Amino acid sequence: MSTLMQGLGLVIALATIGAATLAILTRSTVTAVLAAGLVSLLASVLFVVLAAPDVAMTEAAIGSGLTTFLFFFVMGRIRRESEK
Amino acid sequence: MIPKVLISVLLLLLGYAFWTLSVGYAPDTELNRTAAYYAANAESEVGAPNIVTGIIVTWRGLDTLGEVTVLFLTSAIIALVLSQSGGPSGVSGADFLPSGELLTTGARMLVPLIVLFGAYVIMNGHLTPGGGFQGGAILASGVLMALLAEPTRRFGHTAILRIESLSGSFYVLIGLAGMAIAGGFLDNGILPLGQFGTMLSAGAIPLISVLIGLKVGAEFSSILQSLHETEDA
Amino acid sequence: MSQIALTCGFILILAGLYGALTNRDILRMIVAFTVANTGVNIVLVAVGYLPGRTAPILDSAVPVAEAAQRIIDPVPQALVLTAIVIGLGITALMLAYAYRLFRLRHSLDISNFTELKW
Repeated sequence: MSTLMQGLGLVIALATIGAATLAILTRSTVTAVLAAGLVSLLASVLFVVLAAPDVAMTEAAIGSGLTTFLFFFVMGRIRRESEK
Repeated sequence: MIPKVLISVLLLLLGYAFWTLSVGYAPDTELNRTAAYYAANAESEVGAPNIVTGIIVTWRGLDTLGEVTVLFLTSAIIALVLSQSGGPSGVSGADFLPSGELLTTGARMLVPLIVLFGAYVIMNGHLTPGGGFQGGAILASGVLMALLAEPTRRFGHTAILRIESLSGSFYVLIGLAGMAIAGGFLDNGILPLGQFGTMLSAGAIPLISVLIGLKVGAEFSSILQSLHETEDA
Repeated sequence: MSQIALTCGFILILAGLYGALTNRDILRMIVAFTVANTGVNIVLVAVGYLPGRTAPILDSAVPVAEAAQRIIDPVPQALVLTAIVIGLGITALMLAYAYRLFRLRHSLDISNFTELKW
């Protein structure tokens, strides 16, 4: 049980770091925003492993859901204006 | 432009500090005094099985009131910043692409379910993981889906504003009632604690959760709305 | 477990800080800030984690009498819950200002904004 959780935590932590690296280093802003949403989603799984279900729910709903959409609202607005 | 050298020196220093912190870190084996007090008195003082909700709503309720105030200020500042753009009003949304049939139908089916789930999360906040903040965010995502499905439709600014200010006022009133009747500001003992672990228990916690949920949901909705609806230049 | 999460959170903070300092695009800087924000939250929750214990919810599996021996620290969780909600507010504020700046110069490159440069 304990080693299983440890392994799971390790895999999720590595995936989180990978997604964060993608978010920082990629060239396209859309990919960066999506990767940042992925970081939040993986972090919320990590919170479940860390026995914090309340925080996991908040992070999944706010961090990966609403934040990503805020970015897309602003990006869509900027794209529409720069096309003019 | 900050030179690259300075950035790497800063990151190396911070990394070294973090490294010493995480290498020497040994997790506690006992709860500290505050946490042990919260764990031991969760049933007798607040009557909420979910201790995190008990802390947020009752023991540290004043912080939560401050937090929803900060959120309110944020949404007000965003509305102010985005509204100073001038330009003709009322023409926004004309250049939006119409949303597809799939999204419109799906939103019509899903939005009531999302709102219902948000209400469930808010009402069960003191029993299971959840509470006002999570439920409020879920409510706001329902509003977000409706915004995406019908981009040209204007949502009632006044309705959202009224929900927001009414729930805020009732929140403060409940806090003041706690001062008058029970042990202090935002004490949940103004209502009977009831049977531990049932839906209508834990004094005023379900009530305060509903108010926090409505307030947070309205604030997020108004942030989303002002980002969505500002007039194009 | 808490050491893994702690290290992960620290790496996220460093990566976010690096991205915020090196990117020229304002939107990319805000993305980097959200990554660092997530890292701080992971660190705080990891500090509250005690090995071999369970979530701070009292039910039939965790009776009240032995709660203090069975649950993890609930205080950092309550703090992080607050921090996530405020984090969204901060991100939204940054995005609104970024949009205003874009309106001003029709560009999102930080090197076009030189008024406060020294």
